[in-house]
Amino acid sequence: MVPLSYYLVLSGFLFACGVTGFLIKRNIIAIFMSIELMLNGVNLSFVAFAAHWHSLAGQVFVFFVMVVAAAEAAVGLAIIIAVYRTRETLNVDQVNLLKL
Amino acid sequence: MTSSLNLWLIPVLPLAGAAINALLGKKSSRTAVSVVGLFFSGAAFAWALSVAWRVSSAGLPYAEYIAHWIRYGATGAPGSFSADFALYLDQLSLIMLLVVTGVGFLIHIYSVGYMWDDPSYYRFFAYLNLFMFFMLTLVLANNYLVMFIGWEGVGLASYLLIGFWFTKDSAASAGKKAFLVNRIGDFGFLVALFLLIQHFGSLNFTQVFAQVQPLAPETASAGLLTAIGILLMVGACGKSAQIPLYIWLPDAMEGPTPVSALIHAATMVTAGVYMVSRSHVIFERAPMALMVVAVIGTLTAFFAATIGITQTDIKKVLAYSTVSQLGYMFMACGVGAFSAGVFHLMTHAFFKGLLFLAAGSVIHSVGGEQDMRKMGGLRTYIPWTFGTMLIATLAIAGIPPLAGFWSKDEILWKAYSSPHGSWVFWLVGVVTAFITSFYMFRLLFMTFFGDYHGVQVDDHGRAHLAHGDDAHGHGEPHESPMVMLVPLIILALLSLVGGLVGWHNHFEHFLEPVFGSGFTEATGEAASSAKEYTLMGISVLIAFAGAFLAWFLYISRPYLPQKIADGLNGFYTAVLNKYYVDEFYAKLFVKPLIEGSTSILWQGVDRKVIDDTVNNAADSARTISDEARRMQSGNVRSYAGWIAAGSAVVIAYMIWMGVR
Repeated sequence: MVPLSYYLVLSGFLFACGVTGFLIKRNIIAIFMSIELMLNGVNLSFVAFAAHWHSLAGQVFVFFVMVVAAAEAAVGLAIIIAVYRTRETLNVDQVNLLKL
Repeated sequence: MTSSLNLWLIPVLPLAGAAINALLGKKSSRTAVSVVGLFFSGAAFAWALSVAWRVSSAGLPYAEYIAHWIRYGATGAPGSFSADFALYLDQLSLIMLLVVTGVGFLIHIYSVGYMWDDPSYYRFFAYLNLFMFFMLTLVLANNYLVMFIGWEGVGLASYLLIGFWFTKDSAASAGKKAFLVNRIGDFGFLVALFLLIQHFGSLNFTQVFAQVQPLAPETASAGLLTAIGILLMVGACGKSAQIPLYIWLPDAMEGPTPVSALIHAATMVTAGVYMVSRSHVIFERAPMALMVVAVIGTLTAFFAATIGITQTDIKKVLAYSTVSQLGYMFMACGVGAFSAGVFHLMTHAFFKGLLFLAAGSVIHSVGGEQDMRKMGGLRTYIPWTFGTMLIATLAIAGIPPLAGFWSKDEILWKAYSSPHGSWVFWLVGVVTAFITSFYMFRLLFMTFFGDYHGVQVDDHGRAHLAHGDDAHGHGEPHESPMVMLVPLIILALLSLVGGLVGWHNHFEHFLEPVFGSGFTEATGEAASSAKEYTLMGISVLIAFAGAFLAWFLYISRPYLPQKIADGLNGFYTAVLNKYYVDEFYAKLFVKPLIEGSTSILWQGVDRKVIDDTVNNAADSARTISDEARRMQSGNVRSYAGWIAAGSAVVIAYMIWMGVR
């Protein structure tokens, strides 16, 4: 039986990786993947707690998160394609029309 | 209280007239405006007459409740206070009611003729009706608070009417002066009201006086009642132009002459006398306050009369004469002879109203000239005006059997015989009567006798210098139209016979339910009647002497006045310049106020404290936001970084707290 803390540390590590990637990456797709990484880090902690406490609520939550993530991926990728078609770049620093 | 008198109609009718003329007058014809103005003031007079007729059936004093206003706490409980819109009618307010509506209506009629050519004709009548509303509210109030509404309201109407020709700078500033000086008096009045609320929990006349009645007179030491009395007198000084607040009244002559007659002679300025008489229960128990009233009245009567001698503007003479006569009324109140004061108030309303209207008729006839030195010999040109003015002059000088004789003699006798009186008051009063007679006949002689010194006047009352007989000018002063003469004649009749109501003290007995039988009669009428007739004889002789001196100086030896003036050079100049009181006040109060306001309040408080606080607050807000603005870079990743850092801080905090 792997102790709960192992899962939580891994979950925290994945989330931290996601945050770091989100902050330092410039490519939209990489940023997008970092977001997914954060979501999955959270998912991991949800299922870990669910298993630990023998409660289904955590697992149900994970399903919701996955559904939302799938929907988000669909919309997000569509936006990314649209951005690439108009701007010919995926560098977020160059997508700055709305900046002051 | 068997039947309702519907007193509320009396003030409301002029208010309706004022509203109609103010809202619709601009578009209406002059005739329509006159009809509205005259109808509503006339209806108020008619209703007042009918009230006087029916009053015996309702019984006096009669109270009429209109609407509830301020209720605070349970009725009768300690600390509770209530004031209602309610009216009160007794013999005193009935007299005031008839004087105000009656004289007011006559002056409305007169104004139709006097103001006909004025472009703001409708505005004049709206203001005049508004004044009637407030004055009647003041007179009919059943508590000090409603009285105060009327008190302030007549001040407003007075301000509006003094500054009626507001494009003229002097008129506008005269209006302001009147308003500001009145504020000082109103302050005293207000403080008196606060004291009344604090100590008696009411402002209702009946309730307050019922509580004051059992109190012992404050003979030994001054106390609450003395304070209230003196503060009320401060209020009366402002409204009724007594020393030291009389300075606004002569300037108020900038207003149209009917206004001077109605507001600044017959009615509004007597409000102070009315208020003091109304509060007689308080004053009778505060001998020191009574003394103050008497001394102020006597001083004002004498002081203003001396200024009246030197004035050359016909309206200014009358203005100082009004101040002086008001002084007589306060002298009467101050010696406890309230009914004598009110009697003089009534006769004064007749003859002084008449004097002003006649002066207006004179001014009208010579084309707007007010300087008496440019008049003279007018009696052949304007005989009706001359006749009525002569009657008024005889009345104010105290020649029997005209109105002024009765009331003035009553005051002088009371000043001498009342337990609060003294021979000093009588002596000053008699000297003042002499001066009064002198300056009034001086006015009469300068205006109506001798040769005409003025310029030629055309049909429309405009002066022009040409002597030629051009198409529409007869080149001479002309009599006023009928609409102006009729009020003059009615007032002249009243001045002739109005004093006879004082015959055998009828007037005093009529007011007895209000003022009580009076301790003035307690001295014993029979024993002193010989003395009374002697003093009466002296004052009549004095009146004739004044008239004779005026005749001697201005008809018989017209070169003498200038010589005397030259002989008394310094003193004459001082009197001519009204003893420099205005200049003195300007130095003592106005200038320090202006300079203090400029250097301390404006440059110091307003700019340094208030402005700088606001500016510094704004400046520092901008400096801080300049820095804070940098956070809002528009870079999504930096926002994400802030969020991550913030979450990290929160998590760290929670972990740390959890560990503890």
